[in-house]
Amino acid sequence: MQSFAKKVDHKLSLPMRHPVSETKTSPVILSAENISVSFGGFMAVRGMNLALRKHELHFLIGPNGAGKTTMLDVICGKTKASSGKVLLGGEVDLTRKRDYEIASLGIGRKFQAPSVFPNLTVQENLELAADRNRSIFHTLRLRRSDTVTPKMLGILEQIGLPGREGERAGSLSHGEKQWLEIGMLLLQKPSVLLLDEPVAGMTDDETVKTGELLKEIAKTCSVVVVEHDMEFVRSFAAKVTVMHEGQLLKEGSMAEIQHDPRVAEVYLGKRREDHAAASSH
Amino acid sequence: MIMNWMKLIPGSRTRRIVWAVLILLLCMAPLFMTPFRLGLFTKFIALAILAVGLDLIWGYGGILSLGHGVFFGLGAYAIAMYLKLEASGSSIPDFMSWSGINALPFFWEPFRYFPVAFLLGILIPAALALILGYFTFRNRIVGVYFTILTQALVMIVVTLFVGKQEWTGGTNGLTGYRDIFGFAFQDSGTKIALYFITLAALIIAYLLCRYIVNSRAGQVLEASRDGENRVRFLGYDPSRFKTFAFTVSGALAGLSGMLFVLQVGIISPSMMGIVPSIEMVLWVALGGRGTLIGAIIGAVVLNAAKTGISEAYPEGWLLVLGGLFVAVVVLMPSGLTGLWNRIVRIFYRQGGSEHAVIRKEG
Repeated sequence: MQSFAKKVDHKLSLPMRHPVSETKTSPVILSAENISVSFGGFMAVRGMNLALRKHELHFLIGPNGAGKTTMLDVICGKTKASSGKVLLGGEVDLTRKRDYEIASLGIGRKFQAPSVFPNLTVQENLELAADRNRSIFHTLRLRRSDTVTPKMLGILEQIGLPGREGERAGSLSHGEKQWLEIGMLLLQKPSVLLLDEPVAGMTDDETVKTGELLKEIAKTCSVVVVEHDMEFVRSFAAKVTVMHEGQLLKEGSMAEIQHDPRVAEVYLGKRREDHAAASSH
Repeated sequence: MIMNWMKLIPGSRTRRIVWAVLILLLCMAPLFMTPFRLGLFTKFIALAILAVGLDLIWGYGGILSLGHGVFFGLGAYAIAMYLKLEASGSSIPDFMSWSGINALPFFWEPFRYFPVAFLLGILIPAALALILGYFTFRNRIVGVYFTILTQALVMIVVTLFVGKQEWTGGTNGLTGYRDIFGFAFQDSGTKIALYFITLAALIIAYLLCRYIVNSRAGQVLEASRDGENRVRFLGYDPSRFKTFAFTVSGALAGLSGMLFVLQVGIISPSMMGIVPSIEMVLWVALGGRGTLIGAIIGAVVLNAAKTGISEAYPEGWLLVLGGLFVAVVVLMPSGLTGLWNRIVRIFYRQGGSEHAVIRKEG
């Protein structure tokens, strides 16, 4: 982790990465088909399609109110879709499952604000995520343990918190909490990880570290990231889906996205103006 | 040999010694208490059983129940019905004939047998807690809405018990029984036996809750108190864990009610009403929610204070109670155990947060 921290010093000067060898060959693991969500008459998502391939780092971008977070909510079962289905592995329809069932099927969800358990230690937080059997009678027989499993040590190393297992999660910094939460999700051995603006509120260093972490994670599972930070997306995205007003606007590599006139109009163009305004200060 | 025996008590050596001394002192209590005082003390430790269960859901699960008087009352009525039937012999209980009933209602029949009455005294409150918990937690009714529901439960049950006088004895409740299995409650031998039974029940209740709290299930319960959504998206169903804890809590309240009746010889709707239910929460708050031992201390200390103050100034208790509630909330949010931990820390200058210290006390 130490050497890693040095390596990522100059975040914004990182060269734009070319999409890691187009993943078109790998099979689709999760597909959302024709999803619509209505909040009391307001259509937050209208007929959205999203296909996620195995081991893909997939970014979901779009202006505010485009329905990005709502899409994640539908996939993980927090919000019910008014129509459409979400197929996991081509067969299981997730829209018919309860949220905790979806989680145990291997869909991990990270919300925007860090939501670790502040009164438990880092280790206890990880323990909760690590157990496979989540029934009451099984968990009653398990004790709060004093030992850290090798798997947890590996995760602690990966998320940059080695040796911190005894600390109360509430005493971690904002960025560290986010990493702990990602670590918890990793311990669940998810096949799909849904992350909502994981780098919001992070320092530049933390942002780069998180990006590296996400790339690392994408080697073992598919990752969907909702993001606003365009620099971040540019640096790390393999595949980008742009949403606008609840619909699919464009899907492709970052280069393709940047050259699409419609995207520039609704989103990137606007961002450029923002940037121009900001830099003229 | 004593050291071997002490290994049964978990924790560090100092903790074992403290516990061994405490249990020894408690076992010797009948030697230095008058039968009257011993009876009072037995009543306090019977109520402490309820406090432990209440702390399980409130301190660890973050579920505030202002309806534990009902579970307590159901247990109490179950055993009181048995005692009443025993005392009435072959005839029906006196209050029934006053109300113009001449046959025993069918649901009174099972309570003729002690084992049945005993089991029902635990199972009925547990079942009620299970049903209430299942439907509310499943529908994600939490926080103050759940608390209001428990208050509504109290009002419904109390109204029912007062209204159905011919079945329940109405406002007077059930009383007028003097012995159990032929042993008079007034005998000092009976008092001592009941003391040890109640003490054993408290220790079992404490160990049971400790087992739950220190298990992974307790960890999930505590985690859902702090972040229910996260728990759900880790793949746990928090409503099941809450329902389970609430059911255990209801069962312990029932047990507490049964032992309480054996001590005071009466149960009436006013003992399961809203004010007693709130008082129960205050025991836990004063002792320190989130530590099981704190709940026991809180129940014993507050009830002893109640007895002492009521003896001196009969009208003063409610004022003291109200004042105490405000004082605890404002000055000692972690109760007596929190205060104790703070004092210990000042002496030893230990680091670490208050909460971490509390949790280890389990």
